[in-house]
Amino acid sequence: MPSGVLEILKRVTRDPLGLLGLVLVVIVIGAALFADAISPYDPARIDVLNKLQGPSAAHWLGTDQLGRDTLSRIIHGARVAMGIAVFSIGIGAFIGLILGILAGYGPRWLDAVLIFFFDSLSAIPLILFALTVIVILGPGTGTLIFVIALISIPVYGRLVRAQTLSLRRSEFILAEQSMGASLPRIVGIHLLPNVLGPLVILVSMDIPTVVALEAALSYLGLGVKPPTPSWGTILNDGYVSLRTNPSLVIAAGIPLVIATLGFTFFGEALRDALDPKLKGRRAS
Amino acid sequence: MLAYTIKRIGLGLLILIGVMFAMYAAVFIVPGNPARAALGPRATQEMIDRLTREMGLDQPYLVQVYNFFVNVLSGNLGIDVISNRPVATEIWEVLPNTLILCLVGLGWATLLAIPLGCLAVLKRGTWVDRAASLLSVSVISLPYYVVAIYALLIFAVQLNWLPAIGDGDPGDIGSQIRALILPAFAIGFTWVGYLARLVRASMLDVMGEPHIRTARAFGVPEWKIVTKYGLRIALIPTLSLLAVSLGGLISSAVFVEVIFSRPGIGKLVTAAVNLRNYPVVMGTVLVMTGIYVTLTIAADLLIARIDPRIRDAFRGA
Repeated sequence: MPSGVLEILKRVTRDPLGLLGLVLVVIVIGAALFADAISPYDPARIDVLNKLQGPSAAHWLGTDQLGRDTLSRIIHGARVAMGIAVFSIGIGAFIGLILGILAGYGPRWLDAVLIFFFDSLSAIPLILFALTVIVILGPGTGTLIFVIALISIPVYGRLVRAQTLSLRRSEFILAEQSMGASLPRIVGIHLLPNVLGPLVILVSMDIPTVVALEAALSYLGLGVKPPTPSWGTILNDGYVSLRTNPSLVIAAGIPLVIATLGFTFFGEALRDALDPKLKGRRAS
Repeated sequence: MLAYTIKRIGLGLLILIGVMFAMYAAVFIVPGNPARAALGPRATQEMIDRLTREMGLDQPYLVQVYNFFVNVLSGNLGIDVISNRPVATEIWEVLPNTLILCLVGLGWATLLAIPLGCLAVLKRGTWVDRAASLLSVSVISLPYYVVAIYALLIFAVQLNWLPAIGDGDPGDIGSQIRALILPAFAIGFTWVGYLARLVRASMLDVMGEPHIRTARAFGVPEWKIVTKYGLRIALIPTLSLLAVSLGGLISSAVFVEVIFSRPGIGKLVTAAVNLRNYPVVMGTVLVMTGIYVTLTIAADLLIARIDPRIRDAFRGA
């Protein structure tokens, strides 16, 4: 790992797109962290007299079908989007890391079993898989986190496995083994730090995908339940009143554009800064 | 080649069986009777008992799994608990619609992306290359449903050029094509960036190889090298990555169909999820997974046929 977070950030911002990405990411994370402080209104406050209004001085992005302030709902939606992304990717990456190391460093039969598991999980088209789990467990935030974590396990697992496989034959690991180093020592001190770098890059590039997926499922009414504001439910509210008040659907799309573009630009610049070898690769 | 084909198909079948087992088991892991869940809270005990019998849920687990497999193999995917029609029929009715949408969406994206990728390689390092790659990255990361809704708002609602919903009038090809334009645009949008990037990256790998250098030494014009020698080899990795990503195409079709109220697999399955209509959801997932696995196998075999190194590598493993 290169020394210091500051040094990495400096390299990211040298790329103009990286800088733009960083700015957008900071806006989204800032909105998520300080949602209560910066929202002009309570996102749940209903004001039927002022429903479905266009942008005005009082409501910068207008109001929805219940007269709730769209800007406040979008700001609070950032908190929901980021929260779900952090939790689900965190769980997925943790389990993927363990399974990947097991597959790469464990016995061959275990590797075969895990690879089969990864292949089967990713053989089902993503959305259909998500819908299956939702129909069984019922919609909700918990189900959403579970689904996204489950979907990302094979992606992270495969990456960690590939890294582990190439590392276990490297000379410094062989040297450790011949000197009689214990298994926890090899895995914890030598494998883990070398595997974490690429994993962090992949995770940062997965955030836009997860944000888009959360909003997509919430849009269908299968993710975050109302009245919790999610970018997906706001988009659906806008879709329903597309003809009467188009400003709502336009406003609802903007945070999704900002978040996905921001995290993608930032992730790409971060990858180039951390590992030039991976240039051109991308999580699909 | 034969050994490779058999192994590849065998693995695909194994994965399909694994998926079927997992899905069937999942229904039993959850507490509660699927029949009760399907009928909703107002169902009487009598109704629940009848549906339980009809769905075969009163039999031992292994018998049920056996029946499920036998039924699926004979093309019977069960009965829709709401409409009382066979699930297979319902899927069969809308499947062509979804496949056409996917094909047209992927088609226009490919036709645009390959020249774009070639152009980026020809002009590599210049502003054209950078503009193309910026366009690709932006287009890839934008959620397709936001693109779909914005396109719907602009071209159908504001300008009123194209229909906002449906799949056109039956028998009227013109209206069906008009209804296809916006959904196909929304589906292909992401793929333009994705494919252009893939073509560019795999072609740049090829461009350093000796036969390209030789062609250059012979004075073959650069555009001809790119399109004739580079593209041909670069299509192999592009094709294989394309196959792996086809699941994403099906996923985007689901949402685009919902947004444009276009009859298809996506509309069928999302409506079924909302009603907790298990047989329809399971049947759809099974059919789409089957199609996806078949396509990836076909792509792998095609690649092995084009590129002998791959099947040799497999034999050695």
